[in-house]
Amino acid sequence: MTIAFKPDETYRDDFTFRNSPAAIRRFPFPFGEDVYRYAVNIEPHVRGGPTAAYDNLFDIDEHYIAECRERALVLAHDPKRCQALPHMMAAQWDTLELLMENLSTDYPEHFSLVRDGYAWHWTNRALGIEQHFVFGDAGTLPCEPLEYIGRQMQGDLTLQDQREDNLFMDAGMVTCQADWSLEFDLGMKFHEWHGPVPLAHEQGVFDRALKFLLNLQLGRPVRRLNWTMTINPRMDTSPEQYPQWGPDRTTITPENVGSRVHLRVELQSLFRLPRSNAILFGIRCYLISLEELATIPKWSRRLHRVLQTLPPELVEYKGLSRFRDTAIAWLAQRDDGAPTSVGTAPD
Amino acid sequence: MTPAATIPVVVREVRPVTPLIRRFTLAREDGLPLPAFSAGAHVVVVMPGAARTLRNPYSLMGTSADLSTYDIAVRLSETSRGGSRFMHEAVAPGSKLAITPPVNLFPLDKLARRHLLLCGGVGITPVSAHVRELVHGGVPFEVHCGARSIEHATLALELRAIAPDAVAIHLDTPGPTMDVEAILAEQPLGTHLYVCGPGGMIENVIATARAAGWPESHIHWERFTAPPAGKPFEVTLSRSGKRITVPPEMSLLEAIEAAGVDAPFLCRGGACGQCETTVLALDGTLLHHDVYLSADQKAAGDRIMPCVSRADCRTLVLDR
Repeated sequence: MTIAFKPDETYRDDFTFRNSPAAIRRFPFPFGEDVYRYAVNIEPHVRGGPTAAYDNLFDIDEHYIAECRERALVLAHDPKRCQALPHMMAAQWDTLELLMENLSTDYPEHFSLVRDGYAWHWTNRALGIEQHFVFGDAGTLPCEPLEYIGRQMQGDLTLQDQREDNLFMDAGMVTCQADWSLEFDLGMKFHEWHGPVPLAHEQGVFDRALKFLLNLQLGRPVRRLNWTMTINPRMDTSPEQYPQWGPDRTTITPENVGSRVHLRVELQSLFRLPRSNAILFGIRCYLISLEELATIPKWSRRLHRVLQTLPPELVEYKGLSRFRDTAIAWLAQRDDGAPTSVGTAPD
Repeated sequence: MTPAATIPVVVREVRPVTPLIRRFTLAREDGLPLPAFSAGAHVVVVMPGAARTLRNPYSLMGTSADLSTYDIAVRLSETSRGGSRFMHEAVAPGSKLAITPPVNLFPLDKLARRHLLLCGGVGITPVSAHVRELVHGGVPFEVHCGARSIEHATLALELRAIAPDAVAIHLDTPGPTMDVEAILAEQPLGTHLYVCGPGGMIENVIATARAAGWPESHIHWERFTAPPAGKPFEVTLSRSGKRITVPPEMSLLEAIEAAGVDAPFLCRGGACGQCETTVLALDGTLLHHDVYLSADQKAAGDRIMPCVSRADCRTLVLDR
């Protein structure tokens, strides 16, 4: 099926990003029940799920062209958003192969990959890109493989080397992050880059998660959802750009909360890579305004109830302190107290 | 995690390598390329034994440059529980088997500036893949292969042909045997050490390295313990509501699988921790044979690695 892209949307300045009714219905809403519960919530990343966002291992939607342009803008301003340590070249090629194989198989009208041994021919019709290159020879691409394919993907990518019974974040392309920095985290091990997360360390969450991931198997990827809230449909909420977006959080009023406060959901996926034995972490970000969300009454009811039960440490960690009460008041007007159905899918 | 879906393969070639080792070339039944892998990876071969399904891990010997086939080498074990004997006696070109996707529990450290690899006997198989990767890498490396005699050293001679300056062969007959202490003493600081071979060799190399002050982060080994036989014992699987008997020649994991209960596994050799199972009740003693659990964890008696460990007990209830 051909996707009707919306190439002129923006994620900055005039913020013209909007979700179509179809995009709203495919949103990966993260809350399965009416109270907040912290969980590692890892499940097999298989095709199919509560909404169409789960139909493919790497999801492309109507925002594809606009988001790729936004990523290029971020990289032009700050090239360090894409970095790879020298020992990660095999993992870069593994990533390029995995993404090209999946995109060309799942979206043949937009992408194609023709392979003759190591001579590869890649076509990205959505972005008007055509490239002949030699798999394994970085000199035949305009930039390193991770950046090359990362510029043609929605969502951030990080690559973790596995050694010393640990995972090290040794490469990544990160332009649409929820307030963390690749430049800061590069080279860190698992517990180090998760250092700022509250509550979970004490519960042993990261010990269990690391143990699980060290045995992640080829061809058996897993996924989890993470979420926060962002003012305006702004992809780049990085620490580097904090002066641009931090102050927005003080500008929320009962009049603008519905259009400006966005639920930000990350569909995070983890893949074992074959040649490098590294792990690819995909962080696919979805944004939806409260007004858009409220077109699905189940979701606005549930978000209202979840926000009320969120522990104070997490309100602080997710940066919601300045506008949570305003958002709850707005959502309260749309919560009639009716029971919500089980699961995350729209009614 | 439940067991990985297996890949049906057909045996393309069987070649004797030494008096005890045979090399098997496997291709996918559907003719498609096999999954790419990293040096040090193994697959678990699933064999349709007469009495029961046999599953043994074997290291992949080649590289991802040619994925039309995988090569594994199988040493006939004098104490075979069926797997290596099946491979030697019942498998011929055209035989159909299944394998799991590759898993790597013995990778090269990508930050190493120098690699030292020691192997003995059939422990040379993962090192064969390592050397093939290292000759392309530009990082210095040194390999020492131990073998009983020259007719047992075929795979070592192959490696020496690939990297003549880096591979040394030590024969028990006529000797001299590998002098681990002397080899380690010559290594520059920062070298990463890898060892694969018989249990005694691995223990000796690790102990020698530790005594010489090598940091744990630079000592790597792979040891697949064959599940030891033992006295039969009875187990209750609480989640699936089954009561099973583990016969002397069968591992606990195999007995669980034979009862039709899906259980997770990766290495089937007590190394990876994937099959860790909670012990809910025990009247007796757990016989731990794995290298995964710490001494404290083993003493606590609240978990077991069913791929290699057994029990001497009147009652054992597992959360499975």
